[in-house]
Amino acid sequence: MAVIKTENLSHVYSEGTPFVKTAIENINIEIEEGQMVGVIGHTGSGKSTLIQHFNGLLQPTSGKIYIDGEDMWADKNKLRDIRFKVGLVFQYPEYQLFEETCYKDIAFGPKNMGLPDDEIDKRVREAAAFVNLSEEQLMKSPFELSGGQKRRVAIAGVLAMKPKVLILDEPTAGLDPKGRDRILGQIKEYHQEEKNTVLIVSHSMEDVAKFAQKVLVMNRSKVFLYDTVEAVFAHAKEISEIGLAVPQITQIFAELKKRGYDVNPDVYTIEAAKAELIRLLEEGGNISA
Amino acid sequence: MLKDITIGQYFPGQSFIHKMDPRMKIISTLLYIVMLFLAGNLMGICAGILLLILMYQLSGVPMNMVTKSLKPVIPVVIFTSVLNIFFVSGEVLLKFFFIEITREGINLAILMSFRILCLIAGSSLLTYTTSPIELTDAIERLLNPLKKLKVPVHELSMMMTIALRFIPTLIEETDKIINAQKARGADMESGGLMQRAKALVPILIPLFVSSFRRADELAMAMECRCYRGGDGRTRMKQLQYSHRDWIALTVMAGAIVVVLLLNV
Repeated sequence: MAVIKTENLSHVYSEGTPFVKTAIENINIEIEEGQMVGVIGHTGSGKSTLIQHFNGLLQPTSGKIYIDGEDMWADKNKLRDIRFKVGLVFQYPEYQLFEETCYKDIAFGPKNMGLPDDEIDKRVREAAAFVNLSEEQLMKSPFELSGGQKRRVAIAGVLAMKPKVLILDEPTAGLDPKGRDRILGQIKEYHQEEKNTVLIVSHSMEDVAKFAQKVLVMNRSKVFLYDTVEAVFAHAKEISEIGLAVPQITQIFAELKKRGYDVNPDVYTIEAAKAELIRLLEEGGNISA
Repeated sequence: MLKDITIGQYFPGQSFIHKMDPRMKIISTLLYIVMLFLAGNLMGICAGILLLILMYQLSGVPMNMVTKSLKPVIPVVIFTSVLNIFFVSGEVLLKFFFIEITREGINLAILMSFRILCLIAGSSLLTYTTSPIELTDAIERLLNPLKKLKVPVHELSMMMTIALRFIPTLIEETDKIINAQKARGADMESGGLMQRAKALVPILIPLFVSSFRRADELAMAMECRCYRGGDGRTRMKQLQYSHRDWIALTVMAGAIVVVLLLNV
């Protein structure tokens, strides 16, 4: 069953004023349990608005959202429970840290859930281990840490709530490539271990190709494409028409194919490219044309 | 939720009043307030209201903005009217037990109410037609003579400009932090006073931290561009009085004379 399902979901900001703006329009999607989904789109395409609907921070102007088959806004008293079920990590989450120590900050979410102390302790340590925070760092003030470390503390704060669905809004924005790979790796590891559903908003097609099973492409407040990675990147032309690029490696393989090499153009990662090239060379590197 | 608050109520336009020198707008507003307090009878206040309506028509600011700006002062108006009606002595019109209502009291109540309403509506016109930047610039220029008395005029106006500039940024930031903490299950809507106060900690601390960080960054950016206070600093937009300003000044002076004549 779909863990998140939307029906004609629309959201309009500042309705009834001259500044009215439709952020998302008629969104109908289903997100299956246990999947890793990449959400891609331009700035202002409605990505952030959409994901804030998934945990009830924004109320739809029209349409419905179902979490585990239950209408989210049917009972407002249950909204808080939904926020524990659907964990959301905002952009630049390091700016939300406030406690004296990282340990206490990570414990904020679990504490709000009303868990017993030993469970909180267990979860904080588990979450910290996932994001590679040492015991010593846990006892430090978050303000003593570096930017990348702070971000990992903030992500751990949401991981510790063990949400059924984990949503991250550009978790790698402003990080160097090493920090980026590290955080994405940790999220993937978490996903594999917990078997939960993960949504990652990203600007980078490369990143999405690396981790996601399905891709949701947003364009101008609407869903442009929502399908498996292969199926989405098969629409390379349409994607570049709306100003987004498929991964560089896919572009190269499309070009190779065009020049007559017998390659499979559905290549999205460096690993797959390597395998494909080796296969081609073993077959003698024939130019079919 | 927080986005609905409007601060810096500038209403862009190209009218006569928008194009006036902000310094003269401030002076005219002050003159208008003086005029309201000089008006000693209903005729004078009527002249004030008439002038106000004329100015609003000229500025192109819609009238419903006026009612919006007057809403918050209504309690004050009611309070002063009540005080005036009951506590001014004079010719008694009505009497219950120890409460006396006098003709002078009613008169004064009406006068005061309209005075306050005109005062607020008049000064709102200044902020509707002048952007905050123009306003602080004009204040700095008007206060310039105080520099001789070692008042740090430039620094004060720079502080004001920066404060105004960062209000929308801070609102946005607060909104973001509230959402982030809500996503972690922070409960801000229920509980007693103490609990609610405690619930603010996860919002205020990140807000303070980021304000300090921003201040630091801003100071650095200003120093990188060689900002060294106001001495010898030139401006891109030089304020200059034009014929509009002299017309406005004449109108205001004329209005004051009219009010003085009506008082006699």
